Amino acid sequence: MSRAVESDLVERLLDGEHRALARAITKIESQSPGYRDIVSELHAHTGDASVVGITGSPGAGKSTLVDKLAKHYRDQGETVGVIAVDPSSPYTGGAVLGDRIRMASNVGDMDVFFRSMSARGQLGGLSTATADAVKALDAFGKDRIIIETVGAGQNEVDVVKTADTVVVLVQPGSGDDVQMLKAGILEIGDVFVVNKADMEGASRTVAELQEMIHLRDDPRANLDTGHHGAAAFDDAGHGHDGHGGHADTGDTADTETDDSADDPPVWTPQVLETVATTGEGIDELVETLDDHRDYLDASGELAEKARKRAGEEIRQLLRSDVNRLLEAELDRRGGVEEFAEAVVEKETDPYAVAEDVLEPLRECLDDRDD
Amino acid sequence: MSADSEQRTIRCLIAKVGLDGHDRGAHVISRAFRDAGFEVIYSGLHRAPDEIIQATVQEDVDVLGISILSGAHNTLVPKVMAGLEEYGALDDTLVIVGGIIPEEDRPALFEEGVDAIFGPGTPMQETIDFVKEHAPERP
Repeated sequence: MSRAVESDLVERLLDGEHRALARAITKIESQSPGYRDIVSELHAHTGDASVVGITGSPGAGKSTLVDKLAKHYRDQGETVGVIAVDPSSPYTGGAVLGDRIRMASNVGDMDVFFRSMSARGQLGGLSTATADAVKALDAFGKDRIIIETVGAGQNEVDVVKTADTVVVLVQPGSGDDVQMLKAGILEIGDVFVVNKADMEGASRTVAELQEMIHLRDDPRANLDTGHHGAAAFDDAGHGHDGHGGHADTGDTADTETDDSADDPPVWTPQVLETVATTGEGIDELVETLDDHRDYLDASGELAEKARKRAGEEIRQLLRSDVNRLLEAELDRRGGVEEFAEAVVEKETDPYAVAEDVLEPLRECLDDRDD
Repeated sequence: MSADSEQRTIRCLIAKVGLDGHDRGAHVISRAFRDAGFEVIYSGLHRAPDEIIQATVQEDVDVLGISILSGAHNTLVPKVMAGLEEYGALDDTLVIVGGIIPEEDRPALFEEGVDAIFGPGTPMQETIDFVKEHAPERP
């Protein structure tokens, strides 16, 4: 595995060869030897794509919505990359990655690069792998990148956080979804989409979401009357907007007024309605996503996010690297089973073992301090 | 390197090409492959060769399993193979075909680059073992 192979792959990827892009993502996903060199080389070529993350419970219609979004962007003449993350079996490691089946609007269109990835049970590795795969798509020259994942747990939340804009998809009339939102996804959503809006209970779900968003904003609103005003304006906008959509103009105006008053612009999460199967509401969604992107640019949050993400990536890499070092050290000392046996036999305890294994590392780092 | 190849997850695309609407076999295979620890992407019914090519190239699968029961294999399989060739994916993708393929059609398909054909009644383990043994080494 020579460095030349990776350089060649990167070169072909930058040249626009689909096969090279696919292979690079494979290497990233399986963390095969040399993948770090690839990502390192790609890094300089990234930063041009806008990245949207879409999450929601199974069956909410994510894949169908992603399909329609991709179609919309393609119609605008933009190229699209999609990464769909699916769970894999913790027992066999096997997985059925089924989202591709719903990409019906973009069949045979090579400028929509759709890639399925599975959560291969690496600790925190999925978000790193996703972020690296996004870099590959970005460097390849994709204008729009969509990350799609089931919003089930922390792992998946970490995955969508690698996006600039996070869309949370909700099904109407299901209390469970709102429960899921309570569990933490509410905080990460920039845009909420009530899909299947032609189903009963859609407007109620919209109302519930809006209530939660404004509850979330309340502490800030109480401190700053200006923002409270903006929130109220927003609320009114949605009041006469039963079918979802035209509130956007009002919101954009919001952002602009805030801007001119030298206040940092504020983003109030939007609640939209779509029917992904028919494409209803997709235009509004695209508009809102663009609004959010403009807001990120104007407020400087885009740069801030990039910094935060880079910091998180460094930490994540260090964590997994140190982890690997320690695993190797464990093996050298006879494997974790032996220690575990000793712990069960009450010969020692987990803390003492950890201390013992870690000691050389700590000493080494302490020495460097001097 | 050897440790890495052991860990490597085999990725498969199970594809239904053409107009036949029977995918029980494809479902059973998908499931068996998943349980064998493979990552399986199922194409869904009624796919055109172009879609299969797109999916094979983009997903960078190690194995493409084509299920055809309609008898159109002599038309459809060469189209898929030509597309894989065009995108440089033919050499390092293991292509297996399942379904009703008459004996006299098989030599021509092997000629096209198909690596194996599994007819009705093939034991699942045989297919899995074949894939495990022949999944291409990736550079």
